[in-house]
Amino acid sequence: MNFSVCKGILAALFLIVLASGCATAPKSYDYTAFREAKPRSIVVLPPLNSSPDVKATYSMLAQMSYPLAESGYYVLPVSLVDAAFKENGLSNAAEVHAVPTAKLREIFGADAALYVEVKEYGSSYRIISSETAVAAEARLVDLRTGQTLWTGSARSSSAENNNNNNNGLAGMLIGALINQIANSVSDKSHTYAGITSQRLLTAGGGQGRLLYGPRNAKYGQD
Amino acid sequence: MKFVLTTRRALAGVVASAALLGGCAAPAKSIYGWGSYQQQVYDHFRGDGRSPQDQLASLQQDLQTIQSKGEAVPPGYHAHLGLLYGELGQPDQMRQQLLAEKELFPESATFMDFLLKKMPAKQGEVR
Repeated sequence: MNFSVCKGILAALFLIVLASGCATAPKSYDYTAFREAKPRSIVVLPPLNSSPDVKATYSMLAQMSYPLAESGYYVLPVSLVDAAFKENGLSNAAEVHAVPTAKLREIFGADAALYVEVKEYGSSYRIISSETAVAAEARLVDLRTGQTLWTGSARSSSAENNNNNNNGLAGMLIGALINQIANSVSDKSHTYAGITSQRLLTAGGGQGRLLYGPRNAKYGQD
Repeated sequence: MKFVLTTRRALAGVVASAALLGGCAAPAKSIYGWGSYQQQVYDHFRGDGRSPQDQLASLQQDLQTIQSKGEAVPPGYHAHLGLLYGELGQPDQMRQQLLAEKELFPESATFMDFLLKKMPAKQGEVR
């Protein structure tokens, strides 16, 4: 099998994939700055929290390494990064988010920083249905230039599954009661924070998603 | 040699394309073996549950599993182990883990060196 044959096969397969409808029409998200910056490593800052639940910041912070690393980036160890901020007297996320990008680059050596804000975290109790939801917004900033490379947002909710069960009012009321217990007993919000993290930070597919990083085999192909 | 490499790359491409054809929603194989890393990090952050000893034991056990399966150790894993050793007053072990992180991921060098420099000098070490 010579090289040009391989190339031909690849090109043919690529066309088939395109034609089969997997690839939806790309939305016009401007990746110009992102593509030029080619960040390899990301320092994730403790997220700001505008929800009433104080657990939101660290619940999210603990679960963002997975999607970012699997997308192909080196993720600075979140626990040690957080400890370094605290040792330097930066005890909350707002103070950390105000640190100049040049200083972050100097200490952590990361190409980019991820600034996240948790907009929604936890359970809302209603009579008919309780919902556990986590929503967050993220901004990737180049630490060498201070330029924003990418922004995104995601939400996940227990209502995504519950909406299918229509067992009449009585069933719904029982469902709401069970949901409330389940939502408070197990750390359900933390589970949804994990889902939201993955939706927010898993690369691929264009349409405003994060681009693949150099440690993913699909780097440069999206 | 060049021919072999090219062929292998092309084959990888064919396999990847075939995987795409096989189903759009098929999850990609993960790059790393994670064990319970994120759960241990969360336990560490919460600080009100399991002890650092227990967190460390879980991570060490998972590490063995990850390595025995031939999976790659993810970013931050060794560094977080280092932090736990530091909390338990074992600086030599901590240093070893930070160096392991740096070796596995050169991208971490600046931060690992920053942390290593802050650590007390090893006994008998001239700095």
